Amino acid sequence: MRYLPLTDADRSSMLNRIGVSSVDDLFVDVPATARFDGTFDLPDHMAEFEVEGHMSAIAGQNTTTADVPSFLGAGAYRHHIPASVDHLIQRGEFLTSYTPYQPEISQGTLQALFEFQSMVALITGMDVANASMYDGATSCAEAVLMARRVTRRNRALISGSVHPHYSAASETQAKYVDINIDICDPDIDGTEYLTELIDDETACVVVQNPGVFGHVRDLSPLAAVCQDKGALLIVVVTEAVSLGAMQSPGEMGADVVVAEGQSIGNPQGFGGPYVGLFAAREKYVRQMPGRLCGETTDVDGKRGWVLTLSTREQHIRREKATSNICTNAGLCALAFTIHLSLLGENGFRDLAMLNHARASQLADRLAGVDGVEVLPEAFFNEFAVRLSKPAGDVVDRLAARDVLAGVPAARLYGAGRELDNILLIAASEQTTPEDMEALVSALSEELS
Amino acid sequence: MSHSRDLSRSAAAVGSGTTDTVHGHQGLQLEEPLLFEIDNPGAIGVDLPDPGDFTPRLGGVARQGEIGLPCVSEPEVVRHFTRLSQKNYAIDMGTYPLGSCTMKHNPRLNEKMVRLPGFANAHPMQPESTVQGAFKLIDGVAHWLKELTGMPAIAMSPAAGAHGELCGVMAIRAALDDREGGPTTRRRILVPDSAHGTNPATAAVCGFSVDAIPSDARGRVDVKAFAEKLDDDVAGIMITNPNTCGLFEPDMIEIAELIHDAGGYFYCDGANFNAIVGRVRPGDLGIDCMHINLHKTFSTPHGGGGPGAGPVVLSDALAPFAPVPWVVHGDEGFSLVEHADDAGDAKPFGRLKGFHGQMGMFVRAYAYMLSHGRDGLRQVANDAVLNANYVMSCLSDVMTPAFEGPCMHECLFDDRFLKDTGVSTLDFAKAMLDEGYHPMTMYFPLVVHGAMLIEPTETESKRGLDEFIAVMRALVERAKAGDSDAFMAAPMMTPRRRLDETAAARQPILRWSPDIPTAEAAE
Repeated sequence: MRYLPLTDADRSSMLNRIGVSSVDDLFVDVPATARFDGTFDLPDHMAEFEVEGHMSAIAGQNTTTADVPSFLGAGAYRHHIPASVDHLIQRGEFLTSYTPYQPEISQGTLQALFEFQSMVALITGMDVANASMYDGATSCAEAVLMARRVTRRNRALISGSVHPHYSAASETQAKYVDINIDICDPDIDGTEYLTELIDDETACVVVQNPGVFGHVRDLSPLAAVCQDKGALLIVVVTEAVSLGAMQSPGEMGADVVVAEGQSIGNPQGFGGPYVGLFAAREKYVRQMPGRLCGETTDVDGKRGWVLTLSTREQHIRREKATSNICTNAGLCALAFTIHLSLLGENGFRDLAMLNHARASQLADRLAGVDGVEVLPEAFFNEFAVRLSKPAGDVVDRLAARDVLAGVPAARLYGAGRELDNILLIAASEQTTPEDMEALVSALSEELS
Repeated sequence: MSHSRDLSRSAAAVGSGTTDTVHGHQGLQLEEPLLFEIDNPGAIGVDLPDPGDFTPRLGGVARQGEIGLPCVSEPEVVRHFTRLSQKNYAIDMGTYPLGSCTMKHNPRLNEKMVRLPGFANAHPMQPESTVQGAFKLIDGVAHWLKELTGMPAIAMSPAAGAHGELCGVMAIRAALDDREGGPTTRRRILVPDSAHGTNPATAAVCGFSVDAIPSDARGRVDVKAFAEKLDDDVAGIMITNPNTCGLFEPDMIEIAELIHDAGGYFYCDGANFNAIVGRVRPGDLGIDCMHINLHKTFSTPHGGGGPGAGPVVLSDALAPFAPVPWVVHGDEGFSLVEHADDAGDAKPFGRLKGFHGQMGMFVRAYAYMLSHGRDGLRQVANDAVLNANYVMSCLSDVMTPAFEGPCMHECLFDDRFLKDTGVSTLDFAKAMLDEGYHPMTMYFPLVVHGAMLIEPTETESKRGLDEFIAVMRALVERAKAGDSDAFMAAPMMTPRRRLDETAAARQPILRWSPDIPTAEAAE
């Protein structure tokens, strides 16, 4: 077996050294009734080329966003990943290292995390960021729990602009810890008015910008109300590239920003692994979940980095920890950091504007299609449209014509929410005029 | 930082005959500033086309001022991160005997498979008919995991081991609530004192209080103490098996019967499943749920701290409460249940994350499973246990094993052998750094004084183990010879020496900022 270095000769000399006659003697603690001597309904081992053939065949059963024009978004986006990103994250020193608990021999991971935290803080407009969370949705859930710790209040208000996976993950995570979650109806038209729903019991208001239906809003007025009522404003961003074109949530007055970082450096990958961003005002740092990397010096006075403030974490605090989380999304965070390093100040802003331009051009073209109504006036790279027919059916028919038209809102929310005709359509820097033409002509025919 | 000041300072050092160099580099060991410190406004690492004509529609919230990101070209970025990588230890470089973490070889085939366009470019919200291959893969991994654990059901979406724990304990909570027709009156989860910190933390976020069960003198759950704690208030028990002392819990079946008789559920922490895969089906022990760290047993890369994946196998009693989404196989191929309304008789407790789970980790794990096959996986457990016992038997005469008898996949020593040497477990570990090893896990489990938990894994060769053993023996000899100063000064040869963690926590510097002087610039 190619991954197992021991030969039979090694095994027998080692058993000899241990003083037992067979490896079975090392499993003496396993009760006889617990030993499995049957046959698994599984194949025996395969050669590398056999595995490759088998898995390539499975992968080949998917028609992907690289094969046909795609307008899918809703929290996962198709962006180009520079070749150097994928090369660098596959360096064994990054790929095959553990959490940097031994800082003397983990400065590479630690410095990259420090750069990640710095960049996340900058693009979100916040003071500090952690070393990443599982994904945007879990990051949102953790923010809600944090708001309860900070405010000692137990009501969370989740806007109808928030991606339903994020609200559902938050609701699930809060289920057994005495937080009442109010989730507003889907804010299809971007007209939601939350102010009157915020009271002295409100721990936090969670709002997404751009909203799940694409609406871009100035959150400053909402931030002022939250501040007045003593509630934290948690801003969700599911498309991190938007931060290059829009005022940051921090500039608008957010207390916590949670985001999905997939768009930068990470493939769509059928939904994961992704990288959750978590950034906050400095005063909340000791209430934050997740790992934090901090600067310090070594005994020679040289600058270095360590994981820090770990007294918040489960391996020290156990049941009193701020969260049960034990990991971050290290390699995805590294991909994010490398991609954002390549983009830099100008590239990040240009990429964002290019995305916005493509979406704006697409919206113009779709506005001319009978049976399509573009809903948001202001948006970034994704917008909801109202179709004259149920979006799920239209998407299926367009898929048969090799166009991935977008995400039906009913797919996210489930049936029966009067969202059947709503479709979310996203563009990116990779959207070509030919892609747009394919969508416009297919939609025109299906809706006529 | 000022280069001129650095140069003058270093020039003096060079003149005095020390090993200081002009820029601090030491041969192939290269110093690297923060990316922010090589910012060169105007430089860029990507080329983008002109957007052409378009109507801006940002609703008056277009970004105005500078963000503050550094500007760097591609060659500089590649060099920066390559240099950073070289400051890391990694499995690819050497033995990584970090107990309870399972740092085994990460096959590159798995990386190649996850980059197949059919997986990498699939969007999670594509029409189901276009992603049958993705569902087939998830279903395939689910089948392997259910088969290997002997459990009837599985929740695939948890993103990591601790997330899997959350899933399992939430399922327990939901099952109890369902049984009692309202919020359960059972308040306590029993957790052995040797458990990972995530166990009590998870119980707490599910609204339970934690009641610690002592370990007995053999490093196992004290069944008598456990049985005495059982009453109507107990919701369940969380046991790691093999446990964190590297020992199989021989009384699992009895514990399962006792907890079930008391009306509670049995959570098994599957962090150490790699020791028994192919030899023991945890389902045969009577458990109700167990998470499986794909990054441990099935060798998805640790990546410097994630991402992981923590699918949870479930008993029939807990299966109805599994979170959405899940894959079903019907007459017209695979489809996905994403909403409670579509779940039929099931009563999902909710949703744990966005989309459908850590697909990239499933693909890697599947490549690993197929590569090993059912025969190879049993060999994995055999060799992992053999390697650990070999290390233990070769070190037992100079170090002090915490418990008697054979171990499973990791061997545990305490610090009695360092008594009166002036060398602590930490010092010993730091000396290993200079010898080119990542240390074992230290001071965990908490029940063993000065614990040193060594997990060689099955992917270490005998030659590699013999070298490691020789180094460990030499270090023990040096410690016993009274050379404690050398240990306390260690490491000497790593990219950084011991770092001041107290200072880092006292006044946290968590990000670069033009306004905050870095330690280097502040000198």
